[in-house]
Amino acid sequence: MSRYLKSGVFILSLLPFLLITYKIFFNKLGPEPVKEITHFTGEWTLIFICLTLSMSPLKKFTNSTFWINIRRMLGLFVFFYATLHLLTYIAIDYRFDWEPIINDVVKKKYIYIGFSAWLLLIPLALTSSKKMVRLLKQNWKKLHRLIYIIAIFGSLHFIWLSKTIFFKPLIYTLIILFLLSLRIKLKKSS
Amino acid sequence: MKKFKYSEITPESIYKKRRFFIKSMGLGFGSLSLSTLPFVNNSIANTNQNKVTSFKDITTYNNYYEFGTGKSDPYIRSQNFKTKPWSIKIEGEVEKPLEISMEEILSLFPSEERILKLRCVEGWSMIIPWNGFSLNQLLSKVSLTSKAKFVEFESIYDPSQMSGQKFPVLNWPYKEGLRIDEAMHSLTTVVTGLYNQKLPNQNGAPLRIFIPWKYGFKSAKAIVKIRLVEKMPTSSWMWASPKEYGFYSNVNPNVDHPRWSQATERIIGNDIFAPRIKTEMFNGYGDQVANLYTGMDLKKYY
Repeated sequence: MSRYLKSGVFILSLLPFLLITYKIFFNKLGPEPVKEITHFTGEWTLIFICLTLSMSPLKKFTNSTFWINIRRMLGLFVFFYATLHLLTYIAIDYRFDWEPIINDVVKKKYIYIGFSAWLLLIPLALTSSKKMVRLLKQNWKKLHRLIYIIAIFGSLHFIWLSKTIFFKPLIYTLIILFLLSLRIKLKKSS
Repeated sequence: MKKFKYSEITPESIYKKRRFFIKSMGLGFGSLSLSTLPFVNNSIANTNQNKVTSFKDITTYNNYYEFGTGKSDPYIRSQNFKTKPWSIKIEGEVEKPLEISMEEILSLFPSEERILKLRCVEGWSMIIPWNGFSLNQLLSKVSLTSKAKFVEFESIYDPSQMSGQKFPVLNWPYKEGLRIDEAMHSLTTVVTGLYNQKLPNQNGAPLRIFIPWKYGFKSAKAIVKIRLVEKMPTSSWMWASPKEYGFYSNVNPNVDHPRWSQATERIIGNDIFAPRIKTEMFNGYGDQVANLYTGMDLKKYY
């Protein structure tokens, strides 16, 4: 049963990717298509960060380990969408024109922090296999707490690129802060 | 009497200005005017960089936070916006303060087609066939005093019609401003239409300003008040973030927005394979407006 559920979650998680692919091929991206792809992949990265962070609180509240079974997969989808997001920026938006890209990474704080978040995702993606979980033991948990920093970086990335105080970045920040605050409480009670 | 005389004279001066305008366009953008102005077509052969943006994109992709911060919000939420009756007050440092109705404006100042480029501070651009006339024509009606050093534009404040104004996204009502010589420049346009149609609500109906060499947010929409003042006014964006939005806000590829680059831009309506283009100083209008800023450090006065 849990196996089927997991496959279901996998397929659901691919839907945003299928949707944007459809939009690209059928020219449904509107007047500023590159920005649309960038925003779409960026927002889904944040959504998957929120989903990943929800799993251990859900386990606590529902007493089911199902959530932990799909947690690593959701985390990998964070990496998947974040990588698509980065590739959109590098390959489609700036067409591998490295000078402005490097300039942005060094000088522009929202790019800098977004790129840092992606870099931090790499070790997590590399150690996401069952084998690595076993191999790293207690250190695996410690290492994967990096997702907390990544989540904060991700929300800052969104806030800093907005022209003024916008609703959406605030909502994501609040959700992330709420999910992180649950951890503080969980720890104290245990 | 006077009205009659005025309407007799203006067409000629407009005609001349239009010639000047078309010529300047040829320098600025090559063949952008395409079929509507056939005689500039042979100036600089160019690709779709200079294509006039489609009516659909111009009227469905807007920044107009009074109607919401999404790009399609203005189109969706402005359709019932009431633009009649409408009048504009011109006051402050003037000899003859004036309240003038839209009908009077339309009859006194015949509009001409002005194909001008809009560069948004977010890094995208459109080429828009506006209909309008120079602001200096309107200002000539009120006789400025010697203290009139700046112009402040105030947009309408009506949260019952503009749902975006229910949120403190910006300091409502929207305010913008120009130095008096910028305001008197013939490129500074009072816009009453686009694509030879009545100005759509989402583009700032019934009357807006358009300053092609400045970032788009300088061009205030749905204006109800024009105030001549002695001191530099504080615009809504300066109020929101003075380090990011200066009073001048001239398009300048060498001065980045503190949080993003202004060196390049995307052309609205192009497909995903189209590259960014290099942003031009003063949005390509340097020949006409650079002299307004001689001796000024544009990094300091951004």
